[in-house]
Amino acid sequence: MSTTNLHMYALAAPLLTAFFVNIFGRRSARVVTTLVLGALSLAALTSLALLVRVLQSGAFSYTVGNWKPPYGIELYIDPMCALMLLLINLVALAAASAALKSTAQELPGRQHLFFTLYLILIAGLMGLSMSADAFNLYVLLEITSITSYGLIAMGRGRAVLSSFNYVIMGSIGACFYLLGVGYFYILTGSLNMADIASIIPGLQAGAALSTAFAFLMVGLLVKMAFFPLHGWLPNAYSHAPTGAGVMMAPLMTKVTVFLLIRLRFLMFPPEYEFFTRLEIRSLLVWAAAVAIVCASALALAQRDLRRMLTYILIAEVGYMVGGFWLANLQGMTGTMLHIVNDALMTLCLFLVAAAIVYRTGSLSFDSLQGLYRRMPVTMAAFTVGAFSMIGVPPTCGFFSKWYLILGGVEAGQWGYVAALVFSSLVNAVLFFRIIEIAYFRTGHGQEAPQLAEAPLMILKPLVLTAIALIAVGLGTGPLVSGIIRLSIPGGF
Amino acid sequence: MESVLSVIVAKYNYWVYVVLMMIGFYAMIGKRNLVKKLIGMNIFQTAIILFFVSTGVKRGGGIPILDKYEVLEHGVRVASVDNPLPHVLMLTAIVVSVSVTGVALAILQRIHREYGTLEEDEILEKIGR
Repeated sequence: MSTTNLHMYALAAPLLTAFFVNIFGRRSARVVTTLVLGALSLAALTSLALLVRVLQSGAFSYTVGNWKPPYGIELYIDPMCALMLLLINLVALAAASAALKSTAQELPGRQHLFFTLYLILIAGLMGLSMSADAFNLYVLLEITSITSYGLIAMGRGRAVLSSFNYVIMGSIGACFYLLGVGYFYILTGSLNMADIASIIPGLQAGAALSTAFAFLMVGLLVKMAFFPLHGWLPNAYSHAPTGAGVMMAPLMTKVTVFLLIRLRFLMFPPEYEFFTRLEIRSLLVWAAAVAIVCASALALAQRDLRRMLTYILIAEVGYMVGGFWLANLQGMTGTMLHIVNDALMTLCLFLVAAAIVYRTGSLSFDSLQGLYRRMPVTMAAFTVGAFSMIGVPPTCGFFSKWYLILGGVEAGQWGYVAALVFSSLVNAVLFFRIIEIAYFRTGHGQEAPQLAEAPLMILKPLVLTAIALIAVGLGTGPLVSGIIRLSIPGGF
Repeated sequence: MESVLSVIVAKYNYWVYVVLMMIGFYAMIGKRNLVKKLIGMNIFQTAIILFFVSTGVKRGGGIPILDKYEVLEHGVRVASVDNPLPHVLMLTAIVVSVSVTGVALAILQRIHREYGTLEEDEILEKIGR
């Protein structure tokens, strides 16, 4: 096994297994379990090896099918990209473990179909984070979207309608992205990001280039559910089958934010005029601040745990987009760190939601009463996840928020800093309300609540994620200096 | 007035794409029937395909199929052939949009089975009840 192709093995494992799951999975659920967990563990191990290799020998690019970069498709893997691959695979593995249990309950007999889509989605997400070709990115964006439409539509009740809304919104986003790619192609005659970056400094086309980038931005902002464009997300994620929500909520938005970072870093020189103009930057940061405040306020209005989490997710997208457009080293570091942390925090909280749904079948606040007695381990993990979302020091959520606030202060964007603090306070209110309901209010039945912990398949990844939240928090220093800073190009 | 007209005529392909895109966009946002929304989505995608394809066209350009021996002798006269790349890209984009349409139609079928209608208002009414 040659080490230059590690990322291709990571990509191929879920993609090929998807077909096998579809063919052999209908026989028995055991086969599905083995194949899915096997493929995802293999992918996680190879991406770990890939990360080690990238850290040792630096970023490298890979030409698919040996066509030279400006003409062929190029994959570019820098330390942050390798970290994303590892994150995607670990989250997918943890979520798959829980999804195997919850789909057995929710979609009996259709597990193999669910996991076929699941694995293709994972492969698509990995491809997205590697690709350095603008058009290839569009195709992969649509692969991930089409599979997620299918996954969401497998849910019950309103899920189909939410899925259709997502189809419409997702297509608008993808079309805008494609339009942006078209403008870039007209201007530069190239689709390769590195090639475009080398052509742009010689172009005398400020307005056209800005338009092109604006189209790309709007496309991605729709896909990542930035606040005013978020309409599709809450329904889609809260009506999807539990297993699908557990995987998509941590990954989809985070990978899209990563794409935004990548497009900006790979396609434009750091000093490009559109980004250094203060008005444009501060306009976007203000938009992010408004997004954070509005999404947090909407989260306050929810009476269902998973819907509340989806609105918090939208607020977190605001954190990352705003932090990125602060355009200084601290803000960028904070954004990249927050991608990792937020994926883990969201995973933790959605796993808790999956565990509760598995046992009680409902996530409305009323049904959470007395849960600390019945599911002590699950709720302990929930507390860790909640503290991380709020930003309490030993957990990882604190450190990325710290970087983001530092960046905001450095750039003088006080509105953004205030929005971050406001959102943290709202999160505190939200989570303590749930903790209060689940701990102090007992159910109306007077009988002693019996212990009903979630099955181990859900509990194990949950506990590991909760531990990871603290471990990543404690390891922030090496993570930032060893991986993230290496991926930010000079000039910031 | 004439100058406006000449601007429009000079780059009429872009105006066609903009108008088509707006029609599709309106259908997606404004129509209450889900099938009409889907058709709007298709118009939107077609507009972008037209936009891409029109960027590859040259005045007096032919189809980009070359005679091997002639190319070996004289080289490629770039001005005489259209740029094939946008067409190839759009081939992929058409495949993508066909798949999205397929998925969307399947979803619509399930919506119809579940609610017995494809009018958004009626569906929302049924959910609300």
